[in-house]
Amino acid sequence: MPHIALPEGFPGISAGFTYRPETAKPMRQLAHILLHEPSSLSPGERELIATFVSSRNNCQFCQLSHGAAASAHLGDTAIVTQVKTDFRSAPISDKLKALLVIAGKVQQDGKLVTSADVEAAREQGATDLEIHDTVLIAAAFCMYNRYVDGLGTWQPSDPEMYAQMGRHLASEGYNAPSIKQPLNQQVDQPVGAA
Amino acid sequence: MPHIALPPDLPGIRGAMAFRPETARPLNALVEVLLTGPSTLSRGERELIATFVSSRNCTHYCHSIHGAIAAAHLGGDEALVKQVKTDFTQADISPKLKALLVIAGKVQQDGKLVTSSDVEAARKHGATEIEIHDTVLIAAAFCMYNRYVDGLGTDQPDDEALYRERGRRVARDGYVTVSEEYLASHTHAAAH
Repeated sequence: MPHIALPEGFPGISAGFTYRPETAKPMRQLAHILLHEPSSLSPGERELIATFVSSRNNCQFCQLSHGAAASAHLGDTAIVTQVKTDFRSAPISDKLKALLVIAGKVQQDGKLVTSADVEAAREQGATDLEIHDTVLIAAAFCMYNRYVDGLGTWQPSDPEMYAQMGRHLASEGYNAPSIKQPLNQQVDQPVGAA
Repeated sequence: MPHIALPPDLPGIRGAMAFRPETARPLNALVEVLLTGPSTLSRGERELIATFVSSRNCTHYCHSIHGAIAAAHLGGDEALVKQVKTDFTQADISPKLKALLVIAGKVQQDGKLVTSSDVEAARKHGATEIEIHDTVLIAAAFCMYNRYVDGLGTDQPDDEALYRERGRRVARDGYVTVSEEYLASHTHAAAH
C-alpha cells in the first residue's frame, strides 16, 4: 500500500513518474543518457551496474526491472544473478569488476572510493568518462531506489512483467514510459515494502 | 585531489557537471523543479531538507552550499540552518517541517524505513500528498548528489564566505541559470 495516493496499477517508479511528471522528465532523461545513449561501456554492462546497486539497496522493483533490461541486452539471465550474488566470480570483464568495486562503495558512501580503487579500474582500461559514469550510475540508483521504496510503491513479483519491461527498456531506453496503462493488480499480490 | 581529471577551478558538483554537461542538464533540471519550482513548501523549507540530508551524508560541499542557499531564503538566519543540521527537533521550524524531516531522515538511510505512521504524523500537521512526495524525492535526490560529489573525490573548500556568496546567487537566480555559466565555459575543455 503506497504511502500517498499514487495512481493505481502503476508498479514501482512508474507510479511516482505518473504522479509527478515535472520531476519524471529529468529523472527519465538522466537514466536515458547514463544507461541507453552511446558509451564505451555497453548498455548491458551499464544495466549490470544499475542492477548491482539496486540489489545492494535491496530494492525489488529496480533490481528486477534493470536485471531484466541487462538480460535483454546480454541474452543471458544467469550472468545477472551471478553479478548480484558474487560479481567477482561472474563471467564479466576485469574492467567491469573493477568498476563494480567502485559502484559498491558509492552505494554505501562516496567517500569510501579510494585512489587505489580508481587506479585498479584504470589498469584494466577504464577511462575517466567510464569512471565518472560508474560513479553517477551508482549514485543515481541510490536516488531511484530510495524514491521507489520511500513512497511505498507497489512492487510486483511477476517475472513476466519484468521481462516485458526489460525488453522495452533495452530497445527504447528511458525517455518514454515502458508502462503506459495501469496493470491489473489482482494478478499479483503486492510485496510489502516493510 | 579528484579521482578523475575534473576542471581544476570548479569545486564540488560544479567540476563534475562541467566534466559531463550531458548529465549536468537533467541533474540541474531536477534540482530546479524540486527546490525552486512552484510548491506549497517555501524555498527555504525545501533547502533545509536538502541541507539536512546532505549533512546526514556528511557531504561538506552540499550541506554548506545548500545551507547557505537556505539561509539566503530565510533572511540570513545561519543559526537556524545550523540548528536543523545538529538537532532539528529543537529548531524553530514548523511541526509540519519537523515531521517531513523525520521522513527525509529515513529515506536518507533506506526508503523502506518510512512507515505509515511517519506519513500519518506529517499529514496531521497539514502535509499534503505532494509535499510528502517531494520530501521523499528531495531526500532521495540528495543521496545521489552527495554520492556523486564524494565519489569523484571533488574539491570541497572550507571557506564559508565562498558558500555564502554563492548561496545568495543561487537563491536569487536558480540552479539552471547559474549552471549555464560554467557549463558553457567548460564544454570545450571537457576531456571528451
